[in-house]
Amino acid sequence: MAYSEKVIDHYSNPRNIGTLDKSSKQVGTGLVGAPECGDVMRLQIEVDDATGIIMDAKFKTFGCGSAIASSSLATEWLKGKSVDDALKIDNMDIVEELALPPVKIHCSVLAEDAIKSAINDYRVKNGLLPIEDTKKHY
Amino acid sequence: MLNLPIYLDNNATTPMDPRVLEAMIPFFTQNFGNAASRNHPFGWKAEEAVDYAREQVARLINADPKEIIFTSGATESNNLAIKGVFEMYAEKGNHIITLETEHKAVLDTCKHLEKLGAEITYIRTNEQGLITLEQVAEAIKPTTILVSVMYANNEIGVIQPMKEIAALCKSKGILFHTDATQAVGKIPVDVIADGIDLMSFTAHKMYGPKGVGALYVRRKNPRVKVTAQMDGGGHERGMRSGTLNVPGIVGFGMACEICQKDMVADTAKISKMRDHLEKELLVLEEAYVNGSIEHRLPHITNMSFKYVEGEGLIMGVKNIAVSSGSACTSASLEPSYVLKALGLDDELAHSSLRFGLSRFTTDEEIEYAINHVKEAVLKLREMSPLWEMFKEGIDLKSIQWAEH
Repeated sequence: MAYSEKVIDHYSNPRNIGTLDKSSKQVGTGLVGAPECGDVMRLQIEVDDATGIIMDAKFKTFGCGSAIASSSLATEWLKGKSVDDALKIDNMDIVEELALPPVKIHCSVLAEDAIKSAINDYRVKNGLLPIEDTKKHY
Repeated sequence: MLNLPIYLDNNATTPMDPRVLEAMIPFFTQNFGNAASRNHPFGWKAEEAVDYAREQVARLINADPKEIIFTSGATESNNLAIKGVFEMYAEKGNHIITLETEHKAVLDTCKHLEKLGAEITYIRTNEQGLITLEQVAEAIKPTTILVSVMYANNEIGVIQPMKEIAALCKSKGILFHTDATQAVGKIPVDVIADGIDLMSFTAHKMYGPKGVGALYVRRKNPRVKVTAQMDGGGHERGMRSGTLNVPGIVGFGMACEICQKDMVADTAKISKMRDHLEKELLVLEEAYVNGSIEHRLPHITNMSFKYVEGEGLIMGVKNIAVSSGSACTSASLEPSYVLKALGLDDELAHSSLRFGLSRFTTDEEIEYAINHVKEAVLKLREMSPLWEMFKEGIDLKSIQWAEH
C-alpha cells in the first residue's frame, strides 16, 4: 500500500516523541489500543493550570506508519491549544490531513481516543468529572 | 554498487535465472507450436521440448517422466491432488488429515471439501512448527484416504518428518500428498526415498517462470489416480486438460536442471549468508527466531522483534523487500495464522519478518540488510510505549487493554 507523503514525513521525522512525568498533576496520560490488535498509543499532555492551555504534548506509539503519523500529528495540534479546543479535534480531521485510506481510519480513531483519554486523566487528577464520549466509533 | 531496494522475499517468488529465460525465448515466436498438434513439425518440436523438460523435472525429484503432470502452479496442483483423490477414492472413505499451518491452497481446498462431505483433521504443530509421527498415527481412521503434509513451511521454513509419515501412510494403505513448493529445488527431494505418492511444486519458487507447476502422481506401488478437475482435451494423461504452456514448461525444466546441478554449492553459499544475518540480528535484545532451527530450509529465517509492530517495521525497512508475519496490510488485523499456531504471543507475531535469500543474494546486500533492520528496530522501540514498559519491568499481560 502506498502511504501519503505526510504519513511518511511523520513516520520518518516523528514530532514530540517522549515521556512526561505521569505522576504530575499537570500531566494527563492516555493509553489506548491493545498489543494484540497491533496498535498501542500513549499520548500525554502537560497543561498550564492557570490558563488551561496545553503547554507540551508527547507520544509513544506501537503500530503501523499511519498510527505513528496520527499520534505525531495529534501532538502537534495539541500544543498551544486549550483543553476545551483539544476536545474538538475530530478523527476525520486527522484522516483528511494525512490522507489516510479507509483501512487506516481506525488509526485516527485511536488518536482521537488517546486525546480524550489524556484529557480525562488530567481532569480526574484535578477533581473534575471525566467527559463522556458521545461519539460511538464502534 | 548496491541496488535498492534489496529483494529478500524469495519465498514469495524468485527472480528468473537468465539461463532459464534464454531457454524459453525460442518457444514464443519461433517454436510456437501446440504440443498436442500431431500432424506437423511445429507440434512435434513443441512436444519434443515438453518431453525433454518433463525429464528434467522428473530427474530433480527422482521420478519417472510419465509421473509428472504439468499444471499452472502449486495452487492448482494442490487442488488437483486433494480434490482429485477425494473424488477418485470416495468409495474407500472421506477422511483427510492435514496441518493447521498448511498454505491456504491446501487449507481452503480442504474447507471446500468439508462442504461436500469430507471429514478433515487439522493437526496442530508444536512450538517449533513440527508435527510428530504419533500425531498422524492418532488421527488415522478406517475412513482415512489421504494425508497431506507440507514438505517445508512457507513462512518459517520448517521441514516436516516426511519419510516417517510416508512410511506410516504406506503401512496403512493411505495415500500421502505433500505440498513441496518451498522445498523442491532447495533441498534434495526424492519421491522414492521419501515415499511420496503425490507432490505439488512450482517453477517460480526455484528461479523459473510464474504460471507453471507440476503434480507428481505415483504410477507404481501404488498406482495413484486422481479425478481431473479440468475437463477438455484430455492432456496430461487425462488428469489435466488444457493446451500446454510450452515456454513455461521449457523454463521449468531448465530451472530444475540448474537447481539439481547447483544445489550443493547454492545451499552452502546461501545458508552461510542466512546464518550470518540471523546471528547479527539476534544481537538485538528481545529478538527471536520462529520455528525449528534444526529442521529448516537453508535460505529462510523468520524473526520476531518484540515490542515493534510488524507493519511499522516493514515501513522502516523500506530498502529491503521482506514479508511481515502480520497480515495488517491486507486490512485484516489478524497476525499470521502460522505463527499463531506455534503458540506465539500476539504481540510477538505482530512484529515478525520473513527473510528469504536466493542464489542471487550477495554478502553486500546482507550487510546492508543487517544494519537497515537494526536501525529500524531501535528507532521504533524508541517510540514504542510497550518497549518503555518492558524496560521499566512492567508485565504487559497485567495491563487491562481496551480492545478495539
